[in-house]
Order: sequence, then C-alpha cells, then structure tokens
Amino acid sequence: MSLTEDYRKREESITLSGEPIGETHELLTLNIGPHHPATHGVLRLITTLEGEVVRDIKPIVGYVHTGIEKTCEDKSYWKAIPVVERMDYLSYYFNATAFCGAVETLLGVEVPARAQYLRVIHLELNRIMSHLVWLGTSALDLGAISMFWYCFRERETILDLFEMSSGQRMHTRYIQVGGVIEDIPRGFEAKLRKFIAEMPDRADQYADLLEKNQIVLQRLHGTCQLDEETLLKLGVTGPLLRAAGNPWDLRKAQPYSSYDHFQFKIPVGTVGDNYDRYRVRHAELYESVKIIEQALDGLPEGPFITPDRKVALPPRHELATSMEALIHHFKLVTEGFRVPPGEAYYPIEGPRGELGCFVRADGSAKPARVHMRDPSFVNLQALGPMVRDSYIADLIATLAMLDPVLGGIDR
Amino acid sequence: MPDATELELTAQELREAHGAESIIDATFHRNRATLIANPAHVHDVLERLQAKGYKFLASLHGCDYYPEEPRLGILYELLDMDRVDRVSVKARVHTEDARISSVIDLFPGADYPEREVYDMFGVVFEGHPDLRRILMPEDYEGFPQRRDFPLGGEPVLFTHNEERSYGKWQ
Repeated sequence: MSLTEDYRKREESITLSGEPIGETHELLTLNIGPHHPATHGVLRLITTLEGEVVRDIKPIVGYVHTGIEKTCEDKSYWKAIPVVERMDYLSYYFNATAFCGAVETLLGVEVPARAQYLRVIHLELNRIMSHLVWLGTSALDLGAISMFWYCFRERETILDLFEMSSGQRMHTRYIQVGGVIEDIPRGFEAKLRKFIAEMPDRADQYADLLEKNQIVLQRLHGTCQLDEETLLKLGVTGPLLRAAGNPWDLRKAQPYSSYDHFQFKIPVGTVGDNYDRYRVRHAELYESVKIIEQALDGLPEGPFITPDRKVALPPRHELATSMEALIHHFKLVTEGFRVPPGEAYYPIEGPRGELGCFVRADGSAKPARVHMRDPSFVNLQALGPMVRDSYIADLIATLAMLDPVLGGIDR
Repeated sequence: MPDATELELTAQELREAHGAESIIDATFHRNRATLIANPAHVHDVLERLQAKGYKFLASLHGCDYYPEEPRLGILYELLDMDRVDRVSVKARVHTEDARISSVIDLFPGADYPEREVYDMFGVVFEGHPDLRRILMPEDYEGFPQRRDFPLGGEPVLFTHNEERSYGKWQ
C-alpha cells in the first residue's frame, strides 16, 4: 500500500458529521496563540480536537484592548479623530469617516461635494490597501510566500499616495469634521492615475498566481461553508456575507458620501466557502479602482471643508488679517466646538463589513460616549460555526479568509 | 429611516401588544428613530420588531447617562434589510439593579456585544449562556466605561513601587 493510499484510508475513518464521541476517542485541547503568525494579530484560540478535526473552538480576545472608547470621552471632538483612527489599524480612513459622519449628523453640518469625492477616493484606496494586506498575509498562511511581496509592493504605492495628500502613511488624520484637512496636492492626480491604470493588471497577476495553484484551490474550494441565514443571524456583514450570495453593501443600499454618483458592481459569491470569500474580496479590488477613476474624473470644484467657521479651522492666511478668524482659530484649538445634545449612529461599509459609530453628545465639547461597532468583532463570532467539524488546516485558512483585525476587535 | 409618524404607529402597536408601560417614549431626532422601552419588556419588544422585519441586529452597545437616572442605557440598533430601514431601541436600567434579559435567543450575534456591555458597564444579561468579561482581564474589578470610573486608573510599575503593587505581597 502506497503512502497516499494509506493516508486516504485513515482519513476516511474520521467522521465529519459531529457524532457523539465514543469512549475510545480522545479529545485534545490545543491552544493557538496569542502570539502566532497565523492568527493575524494577538488572537488566542482554544481548540478542542479529535484527531485533526476541530470539535470546538473558543476565541479569546482583549490582548490589545487599549480603552480607546474611554479615551475619546476625555478628548474634544476633533482631537478624538486620531484616537479613533487607531482602532482598526488597516482601515483608518473608514474609522475617521464613521466618527466624523456621526458628529456631522449631530451638528447638522453639510459636507461640500469636493470633500465627499476626496473622501471617496481615499476610502477606496484604503479599501484596496486593506484587501492587499489581507491577500498577502492570507496567501502567506496558505504557503504562497511570494504573494506577500507582490501585495505589499502595491500597498507601498498607496501609502506613498497617502503620504502625499496628508503627510503620513498610516493614521493620516486626513478626514475632518465637515470635510478633509487639505486639498490634494499637485502631482497627486498624475500619480493616482498611474496607479489605477496598473492596479487591474496587478490584480490579474495575483489571480494568475493563486488561481492556477492546485494547493491553494484545494485548500479553499468547499471548505468551511456557512449559509447566508446563519451569517445574518450572527450579525455578519461585508465580504463574508456577500460570499454567501447576499449582495448587502451599504454603499449601494444606504449611500453616504455621494456613493450614489458612481457606477460599480457588488461582487457576490454562490455557496459561501473560503474560495468565494477570496473571490469576492479579489473582485472588489477592480470595483474600487473603478470608483476611484470616476471620482477623479468627476471631482467637483469648490471648498474641501465646510465654510462653517464654528466647526472648521479658518484658512491660515486669514489669521493675519481678520480678527474674527483669529478668535475662531483660538476657540477651536483650545476648547473645540460644542455639539448639541443627541445621539447618532452612523454606519458605513468598511473593508470588513458594517462599521458603525455611535456618538452621544451632552452639549459639551467632548463626546459623552463613542462606540464603534467594529465588523471584525462581530464577524469573529462566525468562526466557531464555520470551522466546527472540519480539519485544523482548514481552520487556519478560514481564519485568514475571515480577515479579522485585532486592533478593531479589542479597540 | 422610518419617519416620525411611522415611529409613533410602531410605538402604538407595541403598546397595544405588550401593555402601555412597555414603550416609555419614542423620539425622532436628526433622522434617528429611537424607541425607549421598559427594560422588563425589551425581549418582547425586540421579538415583535424582529417579526415586523427588523431581522438584523446591527449593533448592541451600552451608554452611561451619568448623572441622569436610570444611569445605564442599552441600545439595540435594528436593521430591516429589505426596506433599508433602521430603528433603535433603548432600555435604561439603574446601576444598583443592572439586569436585563438577554436577546441571544432572537439574535445569536448578540453574544459578544452583550459580553462587552457586561464587561464595560456591569449590566447582567439574564439568560446569556456564557456571560464573562471579554476585553478586560478575567480578574479585573470595576466597569471601566462607566462615567465615574477614573480615566487614568492603574499606577505604572517601577522598581521602587514594585513591592507595593497588587499581586506582589507573596
């Protein structure tokens, strides 16, 4: 008997149906993490194994809890933006947009059209960047090491663009209450156009590398399926839900920041296995490029931040000539603006699903409560139902395809 | 978002079904519809709203309304994906008797969020199968998101104060 035959024979003896375990079977509890490259952060998984089959899994989180929501309560609204950005460290533009959107709702501030388009450009660049990090690290988990370097090459270009428009590569503080901090600099558009021209080709290359690889296909096809109904009950949104065939996307369903001006498609999967999860995110790369292209073509003229001096800083040159501007500047920098009492919940479509920010204002210059509904935190609940009664190797692949960001889970 | 009229109608319907005291108030502010429910009836109210089409629990979070009483609020952000409609349900409980029934049987996705609210505010969700701290360490004392919890809590450990720190007296 050859080695493979013997292995297949032994494999057949494993039941995947989740039957009660007899007396002859022995369960093994295996601890994975919190420090383990395959957990994509500081996540700890306590797994109960029967042979190589996962019978139960308990995720333990909280290792990078830094109390950001509590910290926000001691900062004025505009000083809370950089703190909020650091929650989900791969989608900082999204965190800032959700928070600013909630504050703008409470203030009743109108965001100028140009600012909305600039936000869309940066949000979609951020989505590509986040998906590239996911693709690179996930492929690394599946053994495709070279993918990591290709994905991070494109990510580097995006970070350069971020650096150009805001001065920083990560946690850029670009999005402000009422608009964005600065207009895009000269040369940004040319560089961005070069990037969006080459990005679809690069995405084709990723597909060529991965989708003709028999090992990757076998590890993704048909593994750890979860149906749409269970996902909805568990509160799962984003690419994971779309992979199961539900085209729910807030950019289409409840457009914000003028997403209704753009033509794009929502990629959906069919069965909701790991392969569909991979395909949906990969297809989103192309759609984001399309949105950026349209936003750049149709970028309206006008102010990039609200002209309301009670909320946004006056232009620097006015300070030398206008007493009023100086007073506004002083007031905003020292105390910040006050927000009328009320509560707002502002949901947007993050790279991982619905990212909602709840802000309660009590009339002072500091928020009384900030809560981020982080998609990673809610989506992690689906890990158990996905991987129960499948192999431990599939657990690693599923965790990669789940794309949790621990900074967002623990906040 | 439901408009103010529709919200009133929903509130009226819930009052008729679960008693006049089940819905304390319905507010509509900046396009946000909020039903303020009696904490004793929150499970029934959510069950009826779920049957009405609000099948997706988008978010569940706590909020401390200090110094107002009852201090702690539990907010449920419900979503109807077919009509693209959101409604928020709020229940307020006192800190001395912070108890509310769990909605994990209606929305299994409420598991982690309820644990988080318990962890941060000390609200006990009755009927939750595994109510443990989720973000803070298991042996942590106090509920950090309450407004009377100090912001700068724990002293930084150096060699000179090592002996006086907790857990070092053995």
